Amino acid sequence: MAKVPGLLKGLGVTLGTMVETVTKGANTVQYPHEKETPPIRARGVIALHEGNCTSCMLCARSCPDWCIYIEGHKELAPPRRAGGKPRQVNKLDRFDIDYALCMYCGICVEVCPFDALFWSPEYEYSEPRIADLLHDKSKLGEWMETVPEAPELEAGAEKKGKK
Amino acid sequence: MVGLLSSIPYWGQSLLRVLGGIVAVLLPAGTIVYVFLFKMMSFMQSRLGPMEAGPFGSLQLFAEVGKWLQKEDLYPDRADRFIFKIAPLVVLASTFLLVAVVPFGPDAWFTDFEAGVFYALAVSSVSVLGILMAGWSSANKYSLLGGLRAAGQLIAYELPMVLAVIGVVIQAGTMNLQQIVVGQNAGSIFGWDGVGNPYVLTQFIGFIIFMISVQAELTQTPFDMPIAESELVSGYMTEYSGFRFLIFFIGEFATAGVFALIASVLFLGGWGVPFAWFGWTSVDSIDNWMNVVGPLIMFTKMMLLVFVIMWVRFSYPRFREDQLQRFAWKVLIPLSLVNIMATSVLKVAF
Repeated sequence: MAKVPGLLKGLGVTLGTMVETVTKGANTVQYPHEKETPPIRARGVIALHEGNCTSCMLCARSCPDWCIYIEGHKELAPPRRAGGKPRQVNKLDRFDIDYALCMYCGICVEVCPFDALFWSPEYEYSEPRIADLLHDKSKLGEWMETVPEAPELEAGAEKKGKK
Repeated sequence: MVGLLSSIPYWGQSLLRVLGGIVAVLLPAGTIVYVFLFKMMSFMQSRLGPMEAGPFGSLQLFAEVGKWLQKEDLYPDRADRFIFKIAPLVVLASTFLLVAVVPFGPDAWFTDFEAGVFYALAVSSVSVLGILMAGWSSANKYSLLGGLRAAGQLIAYELPMVLAVIGVVIQAGTMNLQQIVVGQNAGSIFGWDGVGNPYVLTQFIGFIIFMISVQAELTQTPFDMPIAESELVSGYMTEYSGFRFLIFFIGEFATAGVFALIASVLFLGGWGVPFAWFGWTSVDSIDNWMNVVGPLIMFTKMMLLVFVIMWVRFSYPRFREDQLQRFAWKVLIPLSLVNIMATSVLKVAF
């Protein structure tokens, strides 16, 4: 008998939630029809800024799942100043991330010394076939558009980069 | 049986009754599943439930039934095939047999059975046989455990249920469900006949015991130890798929509806409105339109009672097996025996 008030209170909780759902709407959204905006720095997918990549392979080597595939070759570029030697640059041929393997740890983003990899909040890239989750550099480049601006620096911090 | 029905030949009446029985079992089952299982449970968990099939997901049930019907009729290698195949039908048959005694109106009944209460309680335990058959013939340890738990639970809660109903039978002085309805609606409370005399007022303890036992008989949470999905997969239903699972599923919710109908007949005045409202004195003087309004009243009361059953189901966690048995034998049965004694003493005194 001592448990009866608690039992009634429990019934009240479910009834209250029901009334709340009917009058104020549910906590869930009807996904394909309406979409939630993920938090601004959500880890949805990894985007590639191709121009920054030097195919240094640091990301591929640090990846715990070995899901990044990079191929590149060296090319001679015209010298910076007149009369100089032609420069040697690394040209990126292939940059694929297999999202069927990726575990979204973000080590590649952290380890990239040239700011070529970014987190994007984009999350709608499921595929009916698992092999189609291997995305190439043009697809990774498209996601660059969804990457949010870097947050403001803390007061007193200095921006690194070219002097 | 005045007027309309008696002009129809016997086979026509039988056909009408069979169709009526199917409607009386399947319509409540479908309504209960959609309104309570799909929608109310979702609302209580702050979500919307099925929304895609039809307006507000109202055709979801047809989609589910279609899905089950096209699945393969599987059975385990070592199963006792014949028993395995008929077990769900036995469970569903008990539901159909049960609805046969429920009166829906002054003339709208399937059988006017003198020992209606006795029949209903006897037939409702046939489903235990079906469940035991399913559990044993599946050749699966989870099914067997689930079947045995179900048998133990259903037998344990059959007793308080019977004993709770005895109070009503003593007060009404009859076991005929139709007479019980008439008795409630023709009665009066100390001379005031505004609401008749629904037995829920005098047999309140009996009503509570009956509803708890119904909850256990239906193996709805908190009494869902037999199908406890976290430990027994799905109990006696583990090996079933396709339309045989569908039959178990229909059986579960149709039985919920039929038990709610019986509870409303026994305690809430059934199909009737208090006879004093329209100046009726006996069953024969009731106007013919009650045969249409009566089923609607029954349906409303059934929905009300099933709402309570489902509300409890969605709110509470599961009883442990020993708690469940102790609750039946040490709380409900003594309480219902006291209730019977009090009722008999008061019956003799007044």
